[in-house]
Amino acid sequence: MHSNTSDLLHLVPTDFPSAWNRQIEPALINHEQVIAWLETDLDHQLHFSPGLIVLTTRRILGRMADNEHWQAWQYQQNMKLAYQDHAGICSIELSDTSARLARWHCTLSKQQVVDQLIIHFIRRINALDTQAVLPAGGAAEQASNNQNTAGNDDSEAAHAHDQEAISTPPSTWTLFRLWRFARPYKWQLFTGFMLMLGSTAAALVPPYLTMPLMDNVLIPYQNGHPIDVNLVIFYLSGLLGAAIVAWILGWARTYVLARISERIGADLRTTTYEHLLKLSQAYFGGKRTGDLMARIGAETDRINLFLSLNLLDFATDVLMIVLTVIILVSIDPWLALITLLPLPIIAWLIHLVRDRLRVGFEKTNRVWAEVNNVLADTLPGIRVVKAFAQEVREIERFRAVNQRNVEINDRVNKVWALFTPTVTLLTECGLLVVWIFGIWQVSQDHITVGVLTAFLAYIGRFYLRLDSMSRIVSATQKAAAGTKRIFDILDHVSSVPEPVKPVHLPAIKGHIELRNIGFRYGTRRVIQNFNFSIEPGEMIGLVGHSGSGKSTLINLICRFYDVTEGAILIDGIDIRSLPIADYRKHIGLVLQEPFLFFGTIAENIAYGKPDASRKEIIAAARAAHAHEFILRLPYGYDSLVGERGQALSGGERQRISIARALLIDPRILILDEATSSVDTQTEQEIQGALDNLVSGRTTLAIAHRLSTLQEANRLIVLDHGKIVETGNHAELMACQGHYYQLYQSQSRSSDNEESSIEPGNLSDIRGNRV
Amino acid sequence: MKLSEYKLERNAFGRLVAIGKDQIYESIIPVRAFPITAADEGIALVDGHGHEVTWIDNLVELPESERTLIEEELASREFMPEIKRIDKVSSFATPSTWQIQTNRGETSLILKGEEDIRRLSLATLLITDSHGIHFLIRDRLMLDHHSNRLLDRFL
Repeated sequence: MHSNTSDLLHLVPTDFPSAWNRQIEPALINHEQVIAWLETDLDHQLHFSPGLIVLTTRRILGRMADNEHWQAWQYQQNMKLAYQDHAGICSIELSDTSARLARWHCTLSKQQVVDQLIIHFIRRINALDTQAVLPAGGAAEQASNNQNTAGNDDSEAAHAHDQEAISTPPSTWTLFRLWRFARPYKWQLFTGFMLMLGSTAAALVPPYLTMPLMDNVLIPYQNGHPIDVNLVIFYLSGLLGAAIVAWILGWARTYVLARISERIGADLRTTTYEHLLKLSQAYFGGKRTGDLMARIGAETDRINLFLSLNLLDFATDVLMIVLTVIILVSIDPWLALITLLPLPIIAWLIHLVRDRLRVGFEKTNRVWAEVNNVLADTLPGIRVVKAFAQEVREIERFRAVNQRNVEINDRVNKVWALFTPTVTLLTECGLLVVWIFGIWQVSQDHITVGVLTAFLAYIGRFYLRLDSMSRIVSATQKAAAGTKRIFDILDHVSSVPEPVKPVHLPAIKGHIELRNIGFRYGTRRVIQNFNFSIEPGEMIGLVGHSGSGKSTLINLICRFYDVTEGAILIDGIDIRSLPIADYRKHIGLVLQEPFLFFGTIAENIAYGKPDASRKEIIAAARAAHAHEFILRLPYGYDSLVGERGQALSGGERQRISIARALLIDPRILILDEATSSVDTQTEQEIQGALDNLVSGRTTLAIAHRLSTLQEANRLIVLDHGKIVETGNHAELMACQGHYYQLYQSQSRSSDNEESSIEPGNLSDIRGNRV
Repeated sequence: MKLSEYKLERNAFGRLVAIGKDQIYESIIPVRAFPITAADEGIALVDGHGHEVTWIDNLVELPESERTLIEEELASREFMPEIKRIDKVSSFATPSTWQIQTNRGETSLILKGEEDIRRLSLATLLITDSHGIHFLIRDRLMLDHHSNRLLDRFL
């Protein structure tokens, strides 16, 4: 037995899944070795159920968890192992020339292991030809396989990290994470705390003085003694002094702490925004603008308010209660005990309501974000809304979401409304108890009237504090919910990470190599097995139907997303090893919808190079054929353009964005449908600008109108994420394939277009402006 | 294209004419490229169709006679009063009528909304009134205390 296991250690690799170790042992015959394996996680009916496919030196074995036996097939030269994926499921099929032998399923999380398995399988089958199945070779392969699986684990972990954490109601502990932002201010915080202690203590002096006032002045007077004026002055000046000290300290405390919380809030906001902007394009694709705006705007404000107001009050309350308890116990322990009786009941009540409120406030936050989303959806698209006369519908949509907001708030308020009066009721009951016990004690001569008065004065404050303390519950929950949503952003690791050991490339030549890249968007495979090399200065046109992966390819080259397989190399260096900002400096991007920021035209042109001189800006504008129309604007380069450059036509905006790209003088240029949104005449103007831009740069262009790509050195025709043809215009026309068909269908439709074009389309809109 | 290649004249109709070696451009209009941030830097002479005839890096470079010609032409075309003082505003809610003193005399403007006050730089503001006239505040820190306090309510 012993020797058997040690034998087995040679046959089964150490990292073989332990759950399957005992099953695989007896299945192995004639000292065959396990080379690779795949733990499947779906059965034939696609129910979740573990299974295993094992490649050994001689056979392929498969077994599901509920099967008794292994199925096994000897390697044959005509065997094929293939997989396909659909809707997140991988199907792996083993077949020979005559029939399908077996079929397994697994989820896409295993996809990379599947690839490895197939590679190993093919190697085995090829090895049959040469009949060179050497144990040593097997061991070497084993080692490489181990490495691969380790690598896969890493990337899977990264993927898991990338996914949104499953949302649970935030615990109050989330708030402690804010300490990270409070730490820089810890000494100021300490000062604030000390001030708070002082002011609270000073506020507790007046009720204490009622005791001697009562016992030493008023009661003796009632009993026939004259009033001792000096004593009265002494006590009353004590009262006044305490009030003034409490006032000064209270003011200093509030000022210091509010100052700190304001800074913490600002840091939080900036840090979150900074982090957000560094996240990958993929994050923004999956998030709605309104939601993100609400998080950074409203949530940080709420946290800020909580820190500066609620937390401050709460801390004061706690201090007040602790100090009051100490004073009460020091005066009369028994009476103090009676006084404190309602405290646990109130604490329990707070705890009870807390959970309900927590969930409720999370909901209100979410629905608030939804309200924002509707606004952010509708307002930028207002033209579409009006054009289709859908105002009423949009209003209805807003009303519905707002209604939901009201309903959810109603539900929360119902719990909330009951809460405060209950606390007040308990307070009154507590006072009643103290009165009863106090009067009895006075009648028994255990305490003086002064002590009872002091107690009642203290308790009044005490319960008042408990009442306001209960208010902290909702504020805390709101702030905790807000903090969680902020930290959702902060904890999100960019799916396009900065390299650990960045390679710096001060200047690049512009050679791009796409080495066997693949990309998957969710479960959809957008690009696969893509191999291509682009020489410096070459212009490449990307052609294909929409959805064929052109834009995705551009996004990958810009590193808005990272490839899921393979690598993109610039001058022979993987772009993932370059600092992202450095890398993007080499890329000029001209998009279909040029985005102009609010600011002057000069600022917009100099967006990528804020320190550009006026001469440079003008030179770029000239090259982009934008100079003359800019001069025609009322304030030339100082003219302001709005959020989307409302006052400029599409062609004008496009030329500004071309000037923007020209100014940074990039080695790599990407034109993503740069001329698609303008009419043909404007296109010609832009084309002149583009020709200036393209010369001498590695250029990747996507264009809907194939005619604009005729000057490209090479065209890549894409279909379903694969390259189907490459070559220049003439070559591709000659071979009458995909490109030929696309070109034919387009020239037919553009003929129709040309004849039906209206002169109004071409008229200059500038007339509206000047 | 250097300006030295052209001779600049004012014709009988009062328009500027640029006479080159083999071509004459009528109705020349000088246009400032950066009228607000750098008024004297970069002036284009464009013809009646809006095409650039020549470019002047800086007015200072020009000979006296041509500079005056261009400056005269610019002065007759530019209208952007600079606000020197805000005397009174009718209300702090918009629309609001402002009584102001500008470098072109005393006048009033109607501000339609706060968004018509645009910040060109930290201290430079451009105010568009209800008729589309632009008023410039070149440096709001240079305004007196009273004007600044009024202005501050709108920012």
